[in-house]
Amino acid sequence: MSEAKDITKLTLRDVPNKDYFLWGHGACPGCGVAIAVKNIMRILGPDTIVYVPASCLVVFAAQYPTSAFDVPYFFTAFENTGAVATGIKAAMRRKGKKAAVVGFAGDGGTFDIGLQALSGAADRNEDILYVCLDNEAYMNTGIQMSGATPFGAWTTTSPVGKVIKGKRRFKKDVDHIMAAHEPPYMATLSIAHFNDFVRKVERAKSIEGFRFLHVLTPCVPGWRSESSRTMEIAKLAVETGMWTLFEAVKGESSLTYKPSTMLPVTDYLKLQGRFAHMTVDDVNALQRWLCMKWWVHYKDQVEAPPCKLYETERPVAHDGDPLHGV
Amino acid sequence: MVTKVISADHAVAWAVRLARAEVVPAFPITPQTLIMELISEFINDGEMDAELIPAESEHSVMSVAVGASAGGVRTFTASASQGLALMHEMLYAAPQNRLPVVMVNVNRSLGAAAGIWLEHNDSMPERESGWLQCYVEDNQESLDMVLQAYRIAEDIQVMLPTMVCLDGFVLSHTVERVEIPGQEDVDAFLPKFKPMNVLDTESPKVFNPIVPPDYVVEMRYQLDWAMDSAREVIEKVDKEFGARFGRSYGGLFERYRMEDAEYALITLGTATTTARAAVDELRAQGKKAGLIKLRFMRPFPEKELVEATEGLRALGVFDRSIAMNRYGPVFTEVRGALASTDLPLTDHIGGLGGRDLTLEDMRAIYSIIGRSAESRPERCVFWHSLRGEQR
Repeated sequence: MSEAKDITKLTLRDVPNKDYFLWGHGACPGCGVAIAVKNIMRILGPDTIVYVPASCLVVFAAQYPTSAFDVPYFFTAFENTGAVATGIKAAMRRKGKKAAVVGFAGDGGTFDIGLQALSGAADRNEDILYVCLDNEAYMNTGIQMSGATPFGAWTTTSPVGKVIKGKRRFKKDVDHIMAAHEPPYMATLSIAHFNDFVRKVERAKSIEGFRFLHVLTPCVPGWRSESSRTMEIAKLAVETGMWTLFEAVKGESSLTYKPSTMLPVTDYLKLQGRFAHMTVDDVNALQRWLCMKWWVHYKDQVEAPPCKLYETERPVAHDGDPLHGV
Repeated sequence: MVTKVISADHAVAWAVRLARAEVVPAFPITPQTLIMELISEFINDGEMDAELIPAESEHSVMSVAVGASAGGVRTFTASASQGLALMHEMLYAAPQNRLPVVMVNVNRSLGAAAGIWLEHNDSMPERESGWLQCYVEDNQESLDMVLQAYRIAEDIQVMLPTMVCLDGFVLSHTVERVEIPGQEDVDAFLPKFKPMNVLDTESPKVFNPIVPPDYVVEMRYQLDWAMDSAREVIEKVDKEFGARFGRSYGGLFERYRMEDAEYALITLGTATTTARAAVDELRAQGKKAGLIKLRFMRPFPEKELVEATEGLRALGVFDRSIAMNRYGPVFTEVRGALASTDLPLTDHIGGLGGRDLTLEDMRAIYSIIGRSAESRPERCVFWHSLRGEQR
């Protein structure tokens, strides 16, 4: 993309065709992480050094002696993306090299075990791009609950038991934690809202200092969804309020997209087996939380929490399609 | 060359400045903090061209260090005790990626029975991490070994990280006369770092991908080989250092009055100084006592120790830490090295948690070793300056 181009007008057509995250990697069909990384790397280009902590990506991107990344790549541990990226960037500075340093961490590696190193790097305003690929659980180890797992969701450590069914706490708001650091740039991204995605990655690339991008990346085995519906689910996350799109420059946040109407949360839930067990009370609890979130988030543009609750016993019942989860 | 009266921590900071380390991630921990404070002053006064990165934990410190080293610049850090333990995971990232980071560990006791004083139970467990590990006796050696450590670590035959251990407080906070070499001499001894592999967008490489079982054995073998090759490099670098600066330390270990010794003790670090005094006393009494100052735990000088202890009738080992119910780590290593001999061996535990190690303790240690040359000792492990009876 040329420098002169107005970032706010970029579209999918402006993404370069050259790949730096190549075909032949081992991700599942329909993997949101692979889609996000492939497109972010197209925009970042060849003068980029990649750090990946423990995650699915580390397993499907590079297994000796192969690599899907066509740029320098480093992995060491789980909790240190902010720190290793800091070290690599310091070396580049010392050597007078312009190479960008990007860290691709999962939600566990960001919300939980990596939060300390992330906060340290943001606080020092290290000149690195930190991308959180959020598939809402520890998928690499086989679907365990993380701070990013939404309320009600089944995981192997929030199983659907006779007494307790699914995760009992709501998703941790890591974006507010990051916003409190007032980084030069941060944004939430959806792989299904592509023009918005392109603009945010391009803006992150153009800014110096600490940048944080948070992408929702649906996970076919972890969400018990159909591989061909990854994009649909990513889109519904935004349309139901489960995911919101905004950016913040030096702590000043602004919306980048508002759905015209708030779709009921069941539109999102019913495509994913991880929510199939949810009782009407749990769905209503989630819907109420979403209504409040919607109102807080879009308060300049909505009058009151537009909350529609459910009365039927199994609002998340499957539609009969065997591919819609277990 | 100038002479200053400084602590070992400050001597280390001077060495790091002279070595022209470029990236120095830091996190404070007693008794290491003085190192980072002085380096910060050097940088902020414009006397040292480097970046000090104040990471938010020791885990991140070592993460920054491996990132910077993989980026191809000379990297230094320091820690101690709990800090080293927090780094443990990241220590393992450096050797297999062949990243010659140099760190100083200022030995301090680790864990409950909390304290900030000297013990070797922080660094000893890390001798399995793939780092070279050496122990120094005084402030001058602290400075000299940091310079030597870079030469050894960055040698093409080695390319491994190196940990220089110095005794907390006994050295770190005690001032001694230290000769600070001139920058030109150090530059001639220690040329600019030439990394073997580096993260560079002009020549993309993958560092540390997932390695399936098909390849791991050979990688570990290469690591073992490099560590073994370091023995030669250590001796070479020490001789070269001696020729240039007039001080050398014997490489892997130093022999003190060992020529005709009948019994001897192996020590690490500052215990050596006390043992030297005990040996001198015994020699004055006509007793053939000797001393081996072991300098490197990794690589461990097995072959060399077998030769050095030939002709002895008894050997003791001093340990400043212990594996409960077993032995001190130095003893474990020495006994392994001398397994094919029938030399009577005793292990002497002392100075734990900063307890003073006195000349009186050393006399007792040598007396037990002397006796073990004549008759089999009643036990293998002796605790020194222990209140009450050892059961």
